[in-house]
Amino acid sequence: MTERHTLSVLVEDKPGVLARVSGLFSRRGFNIASLAVGPTEHPDISRMTIVVDVDDFPLEQVTKQLNKLIHVIKIVELEPAASVQREVLLVKVRADAGVRSQVLEVVDLFRAKAVDVSPEALTIEATGTAEKIAALLKNLEPYGIREMVQSGTIAVGRGPRSITATAVR
Amino acid sequence: MTTATPRSGPKPAPPPGRPAPPAAARDGAAKARPRFDAEPMTGAQSLVRSLEEVGCEVVFGIPGGTILPAYDPLLDSTKVRHVLVRHEQGAGHAATGYAQATGKVGVCMATSGPGATNLVTPIADAHMDSIPIVAITGQQSRPLIGTDAFQEADITGITMPITKHNMLVTDAAGIPRAIMEAFHLASTGRPGPVLVDIPKDVLQEATTFTWPPEMQLPGYRPTTRPHGKQIREAAKLINAAQQPVLYVGGGILKAEASDELLRLAELTNIPVVTTLMARGAFPDSHVQHVGMPGMHGTVAAVAAMQRSDLLIALGSRFDDRVTGQLGSFAPHAKVVHADIDPAEISKNRRADVPIVGDAKEVIVELIDALTGERAAHPPVDLTDWWAQLDHLRTTYPLGYDWPSDGSLSPQYVIERIGAIAGPDALYAAGVGQHQMWAAQFVKYEKPRSWINSGGLGTMGFAVPAAMGAKMARPEAIVWCIDGDGCFQMTNQELATCAIEGIPIKVAIINNGNLGMVRQWQNLFYGQRYSQTDLGTHKHRIPDFKLLAEAMGCVGLRAESKEEVDRVIHQAMEIDDQTVVIDFVVGADAQVWPMVAAGTGNDEIMAARNIRPLFDGDELAADVDEVSAVTSKAQEASAES
Repeated sequence: MTERHTLSVLVEDKPGVLARVSGLFSRRGFNIASLAVGPTEHPDISRMTIVVDVDDFPLEQVTKQLNKLIHVIKIVELEPAASVQREVLLVKVRADAGVRSQVLEVVDLFRAKAVDVSPEALTIEATGTAEKIAALLKNLEPYGIREMVQSGTIAVGRGPRSITATAVR
Repeated sequence: MTTATPRSGPKPAPPPGRPAPPAAARDGAAKARPRFDAEPMTGAQSLVRSLEEVGCEVVFGIPGGTILPAYDPLLDSTKVRHVLVRHEQGAGHAATGYAQATGKVGVCMATSGPGATNLVTPIADAHMDSIPIVAITGQQSRPLIGTDAFQEADITGITMPITKHNMLVTDAAGIPRAIMEAFHLASTGRPGPVLVDIPKDVLQEATTFTWPPEMQLPGYRPTTRPHGKQIREAAKLINAAQQPVLYVGGGILKAEASDELLRLAELTNIPVVTTLMARGAFPDSHVQHVGMPGMHGTVAAVAAMQRSDLLIALGSRFDDRVTGQLGSFAPHAKVVHADIDPAEISKNRRADVPIVGDAKEVIVELIDALTGERAAHPPVDLTDWWAQLDHLRTTYPLGYDWPSDGSLSPQYVIERIGAIAGPDALYAAGVGQHQMWAAQFVKYEKPRSWINSGGLGTMGFAVPAAMGAKMARPEAIVWCIDGDGCFQMTNQELATCAIEGIPIKVAIINNGNLGMVRQWQNLFYGQRYSQTDLGTHKHRIPDFKLLAEAMGCVGLRAESKEEVDRVIHQAMEIDDQTVVIDFVVGADAQVWPMVAAGTGNDEIMAARNIRPLFDGDELAADVDEVSAVTSKAQEASAES
């Protein structure tokens, strides 16, 4: 049984670090479901959130191999129950005057936002778990999705503890 | 040790206990004030100064466009000797040979583009065998990077998967730190190759030189100190095992742990097998040594692992050439796996007791724990286990038959070289049949006396590696045991040996063929010999004796048993010139025993179709198989 695992990887903000990480996944035969990179509160450290579909045993290999990369500082697996996980969706939905109000109703139900309007289409921004985003898309589909773009998952552990605090002193 | 403060911040980690760190690094850690404060110079001068400070004595390389600035101050260095090789691949393997012979970091240098890409094979080779080398490459000037400029290659991108780490230096002030970090990374933890790519304009830039630089490696914290609980757990298993085996890998050599291994083995009386990478880590002459395991290992070593109830893996990595088909490998064994690289543990075979740490520290602590354990619980008597193994090693000793066509036996040649040159000599080998025979028939007694390409299996490794080893240990006799196929890949370095005064002894085991490939064609492709005849017998092209002489070496030849000892002695007497001996040997000799690729270790064949472990009744099986083979062979000859 493969399972979805979310890894938070703290890396040195150096050129090529993304290539090192993604190259490692491909050459070791591990699949990345999603990957998001961004800055942290420390100027020299970036944080990658990598979602992988693997069994527990290969997951151990993934983290061990990642840890061997010199630019990788720390890896933490975030359990779904003990973390907040979010994706961002921007979706352009066909919505003329006839159905606009119905589409906006769906937007409201999902606590999403209309961020751009034109006579034929609405652009909607939504934030949430992968499940919520999927559900929203399912409800928008009947109206016609013209274009969509989605971010990788980002995640942070619940509670007061910080994974960066112990990694950097 | 580095592990005492596992989460130390971005400051230079204290140098490890071994391999000996550069003196400069030690001094640097002790003193707060730099020894050299901001001397003005160019990036190139800073590079050469950094190499001097880090303790580099030899650089193997070839100059070219982008690395040219570095070669200018190199001319003036009294501490760093440059050896001008004939091909960058030779530089890389020479650096590897240097490192394997000493444990010190080997250094190679090349220009950008093709110079750098020619280093790719030796870098991959060093990566697979965990050899500490640093490769320094020139790169196109910063404004030209990414424009497909002349001799531009993205060598950091290319070598990302085959280096322990690599870096592109983007300003001259960063050169000392890059070199110090490169040497530190290459030689500590699990050793490996590190590449430093330096653009030409960075080498030309004006900068200041300060030593020691501050290393910034917050993500690098190798664990050398094993966990006490795991050690105790391992000691319990070891003490209670009925059929234990010490499965020793190259990590023992890297950790300089041979003496400790000997103590552990003698304390416990446990049989020892040494992998291809570990030959010499435990004396072959020791009664507890049951041989090399794996595809061409001894029957006793393979059987010991298959029947074992506890494998104690020390610095070994359950490589497919050792395990055979993983599913049927050592089916009854529990596994204690100690390695400095946590990623090796449970990678191929799940470990019951994982131990992350330096092999030397692991063994020292194991000995302590075992001494206590043995006092509390008397250890298991291994007499029955030894009786089984002794029976196997007397029934199936390593051996060979003389070719029926009257030609010279390659195994005999190699055996004689080992016997005459003795255990103080160093032996480098290429890849193929001659490599396996050199692993089997030379008797290794000392660490770092066997230099070979294990993981990558790089043909052409031997001549440059032997050259590097001789540079590292000029007082030692260095034999290069090579095949005629391998030799033709890198023999240009004979010219380097001749001109630079690096006298090695090259034995070409010339069977006229790509011997190992031919052996597989013989066994698995219906004796259809596709593209394996090199013509070195049929046409005597090249004539290796003449080739040697053309390269400024002494050329000798032996074609019969009577000549073998004479030419070896002749070679031993020449200590100021490289000697090349063309041993013209039979083409049909094969490497036995063998576990065919993709089969389980239980199917090991002591010789063709003799499977000692396959059936319960060994002897009956042997007789049947032999008679079946003989009758088949008779049928075949009757037909032809």
